[in-house]
Amino acid sequence: MKLHLKIWRQKNANNPGGFEGYDLDDVSEDSSFLEMLDILNEQLVDKGQSPVAFDHDCREGICGMCSMMINGHAHGPEKATTACQLHMRHFKDGDTITIEPWRAKAFPVQKDLIVDRTAFDGIIQAGGFITARTGSAQDANLTPIGKEVADKAMDAAACIGCGACVAACPNGSAMLFSGAKVTHLNSLPQGKAERDRRVLSVVHAMDDAGFGNCTNYGECQEACPKEIKLDVIAKMNRDYALASVRSFFSKAG
Amino acid sequence: MEFNANIPEGPLDQKWTKHKTKIKLVNPANRRKYHVIIVGSGLAGGAAAASLAEMGYNVSCFCYQDSPRRAHSIAAQGGINASKNYQNDGDSTFRLFYDTVKGGDFRSREANVYRLAEVSGNIIDQCVAQGVPFAREYGGLLANRSFGGAQVSRTFYARGQTGQQLLLGAYQQLSRQIGLGQVKMYNRHEMLDVVLVDGHAKGIITRNLVDGKIERFAGDCVILATGGYGNAFFLSTNAQGCNVTAAFRAYRRGAGFANPCYTQIHPTCIPVHGDQQSKLTLMSESLRNDGRVWAPKDRETAKKIREGKMHPGDVPEDERDYYLERKYPSFGNLAPRDISSRAAKEACDDGRGIASTGLGVFLDFRDAIQRFGKDTIAERYGNLFDMYNRITGDDPYTTPMMIYPAVHYTMGGLWVDYNLESNLPGLFVAGEANFSDHGANRLGASALMQGLADGYFVLPYTVGNYLGTQGLAAAGKVTTDAPEFEQAESDVRAKIDKLLSIQGTESPRSFHKRLGDITWSKCGMARDKAGLEQAIVEIQALKKEFWENVKVVGDANEINQELERAGRVADFMDFGELMCRDALMREESCGGHFRVEHQYTEEDEIVQSGYLSPGEAKRHDDEFGFVGIWKFEGEDQVPSLHKEMLEYEEVKFATRSYK
Amino acid sequence: MSPIGLFRTSLAKKFVMAITGLILVGFVLGHMLGNLQVFGPPEAINKYAYFLHHILPWEVLWVVRIVLLVAVVLHIVSAVLLVIENRKARPETYEDQQLIQASFAARTMKYSGLIVLAFIIFHLLHFTVQSIDPAFRNLRFDIDGKDSQDAYAMIVLGFSNVGVSAFYILAMALLCWHLSHGVSSMFQSLGFRNEIWRTRLNRFALAFGLLIFAGFAIIPITSLISWYGGPDIVYASEIRQATENWDGETPIYVSYPESAKH
Repeated sequence: MKLHLKIWRQKNANNPGGFEGYDLDDVSEDSSFLEMLDILNEQLVDKGQSPVAFDHDCREGICGMCSMMINGHAHGPEKATTACQLHMRHFKDGDTITIEPWRAKAFPVQKDLIVDRTAFDGIIQAGGFITARTGSAQDANLTPIGKEVADKAMDAAACIGCGACVAACPNGSAMLFSGAKVTHLNSLPQGKAERDRRVLSVVHAMDDAGFGNCTNYGECQEACPKEIKLDVIAKMNRDYALASVRSFFSKAG
Repeated sequence: MEFNANIPEGPLDQKWTKHKTKIKLVNPANRRKYHVIIVGSGLAGGAAAASLAEMGYNVSCFCYQDSPRRAHSIAAQGGINASKNYQNDGDSTFRLFYDTVKGGDFRSREANVYRLAEVSGNIIDQCVAQGVPFAREYGGLLANRSFGGAQVSRTFYARGQTGQQLLLGAYQQLSRQIGLGQVKMYNRHEMLDVVLVDGHAKGIITRNLVDGKIERFAGDCVILATGGYGNAFFLSTNAQGCNVTAAFRAYRRGAGFANPCYTQIHPTCIPVHGDQQSKLTLMSESLRNDGRVWAPKDRETAKKIREGKMHPGDVPEDERDYYLERKYPSFGNLAPRDISSRAAKEACDDGRGIASTGLGVFLDFRDAIQRFGKDTIAERYGNLFDMYNRITGDDPYTTPMMIYPAVHYTMGGLWVDYNLESNLPGLFVAGEANFSDHGANRLGASALMQGLADGYFVLPYTVGNYLGTQGLAAAGKVTTDAPEFEQAESDVRAKIDKLLSIQGTESPRSFHKRLGDITWSKCGMARDKAGLEQAIVEIQALKKEFWENVKVVGDANEINQELERAGRVADFMDFGELMCRDALMREESCGGHFRVEHQYTEEDEIVQSGYLSPGEAKRHDDEFGFVGIWKFEGEDQVPSLHKEMLEYEEVKFATRSYK
Repeated sequence: MSPIGLFRTSLAKKFVMAITGLILVGFVLGHMLGNLQVFGPPEAINKYAYFLHHILPWEVLWVVRIVLLVAVVLHIVSAVLLVIENRKARPETYEDQQLIQASFAARTMKYSGLIVLAFIIFHLLHFTVQSIDPAFRNLRFDIDGKDSQDAYAMIVLGFSNVGVSAFYILAMALLCWHLSHGVSSMFQSLGFRNEIWRTRLNRFALAFGLLIFAGFAIIPITSLISWYGGPDIVYASEIRQATENWDGETPIYVSYPESAKH
């Protein structure tokens, strides 16, 4: 198939970027979207031009590294699909495809389609963990966890940290990402001991990183390749409210 | 002796316990004075970084991705083994140990494997404490499944994303230490050399992948947890960035590379679709619990299916060859990976392959759907079916899946002793990057176990032992001003300058693909002497061409993915040659290494007795019961071969039969 | 939590939005129910007004007023802060972004809110401060011998103005719009919403918004109908008679028919 690509090119964080157009021929319908970009890059290299830089690694939809807006959709228009798992059969011969990097203050562009997502790491570093020293664990079956609770935690834990939620949110909010981690850990009995600390730290880290606020649009849920639900945000809101109240009174006392 | 495994004395089941009581310790107050460098942030690296930092060591951790959470451990689907015996089906440390040694085709080191089985239970405890949401039964206890040819249910899993959940568990522990300032994390940093001072590994040279800065880091020891070399085949199930560079640089500095020819070919991957393909996608082995593998009995039928003139569902029952069930009645579709992969290749070589390329067989759920209902199958494998559908456009509920073997895991790696220390003092190697525990073939759900065992439960002891042995006076003594750092840095710079200066006509990716064609066809699922000899010649020629004609666009001081790839491909070529050399040396078939000259035939007694079918791998334990260790002897020189003889005290050599 | 701390985190601002929203929603509902007494005898709503102003201790009335005022101010302040921060968080827009889930109501909260705010100011001047129409202060009513305001007549007279009524109906429509996102969102922000309840709450919010709209809009509509010669649903002709030739000074007592008292 033939395609016309309109791709955001930006030399580095300090240079302004802009769109450039490319024509591409002979793309197989069985190729993935990133394989299509590989073809483009091989052609650019042939011509001695700089290839389009984009983040990618596992190419099987789990590492969360690939990250691009495709025709105005984070990871492209297919539901529950990362860019690397998007296949060209979902496009038509002759289509024009616009490709842009994630855009958010907290995700500055580093080059072309590559953005810096270390702000996500910062959120996890602040509180996205259960303090469990190596070697100090009890037997795994000592604390039973109901299947429903474990399943709910797993639903939230499925997050791959790709940042599509932030990219899709008109406010550049990281509530879905943060909510998923808080829900995963706060739902489990192992995570109960530090649940208040966790949610307070996570929210503060999220704010400090410059992410926007949630206005309950629901775009994040639509964009999420792992179909994480808005429930995780409600859960974080609730836990945060309770934690704030508890911490207020414990300080006052 | 240079390659002394340092296996502790005493009975197998007491070795680790005794060893732990004897090794040197570092006083908690002094640990902060030691700086540990860890390259790689996957299960082994992440777990080691978190654990060592918790103990109080100063840790620096490096990864080439934008976050430690992206390490390729994340892609493991199926599960993690542990001999918990929660299912009361007769599992034990010894049985897990035995299965692993046997599954590894008697080419692994007994003591290491026993320790692995011994700590397997602790791993599950540790992960649950971290909040890893393993699958559970309604009563709230952990669920298990049988996996990859095991006859007990010892595999713990988190849907089809076990690797992800375990990695995130380690990543969260690592993140906690980063937050506390105990670990300094370097994302988007690629290690390009290891620095030896007085023969000890004391630092690394890295390239910052964002601004291209070449940096020196000095420490008191270096841990490599840099994964496997599957991408030497170009197409594999590995992530695009997986590379052998770190391990290969260590090899060039004198570390032994053990068993490079042992690569695992996973039987259930989605077949290649064409020329533009960049990677192969694995379908979880768990699918073989309910799916039946078959190929048409008749070549004509296969041809019709290939050409799209016949729907596979229309092939009558008696024209289907359920070859795994036929050849291995007791294991059936659950036969180990090496066996299943080879059987698929045989069917395709026989002209009975399907898929447009003729390189594929069916994995059919028709009978399972009839027996359990579509809902049950959807519940078990729904996400995998969706993934298959996304990639191929076919619906596995109505059309049988197509699968074909692909390179998945590499059992070979840098040689390490019982302490996971290489022959270079102070250089530790963990996870897939070392060679230690899987022998010639890895059982399903054992890679996650090994990575975490190394990171959580082995290195924290043995690294302390090394540091304690060096003494407090040595702590932090080596700085980046040492001349060895100067030398290593200029070597790294010279290589980068060279790559950028050639300005030929062919892209690094194209060279990589050509290398993959050679390695896959001549050192892939089946190898023979002539092919391997030819492969070595071809790789040498390709390498020469590469250094004359590679075209790397862009500069050194920016994000330059072409330059990154070029450096990795250069090492893959050198490494590919080494791999072929090892395969050529090993005149036997074992596990993932199948030499066509060495297989059982009708003439063998064991075949006549009915215990084995002809065509099974034939080991030569008397001649090749050793670890093949290669040492770098200089540019364009033939590397030297060293041997670590494998001594089995508990397990006796036996021919594997899964019949 | 200090007053500044209240606005420190993103979530706290959302709580402020939700809780003040809840207060205002409660008020709106009560206000609507009170207003609907206009469909009873004039005495009913006038007695209600008298109760609010004279029988209820003034401290209570003022506490309510202050709470409402504070709620409005906080609602607006956090909204403004949220808008500013959200713009900062997404400094560059996409070439073309396809929104899938975000409803139009959700995306226009700031505009619907602003127009409703403008309306509230006008509305307060109109009926509470009574500075728009001088006749309002002079509309009197006798409740069991006590002199009181004729709120009933004020309402009907007020809505006899087509422009006023149109603005009122428009504002109520926007309020309905605002609430259709806001009421459901409130539950989300406070953490009381999940996958199952989301749809239910979204429907409830829409229904609630429509109810509020209908409950408020029916009053200007019936007033206009009655005033301009339609069937006498309210006592428009009596009020028109009493106010038509008003001298601008003397108190006006509308002479409602005897039947209106029961």
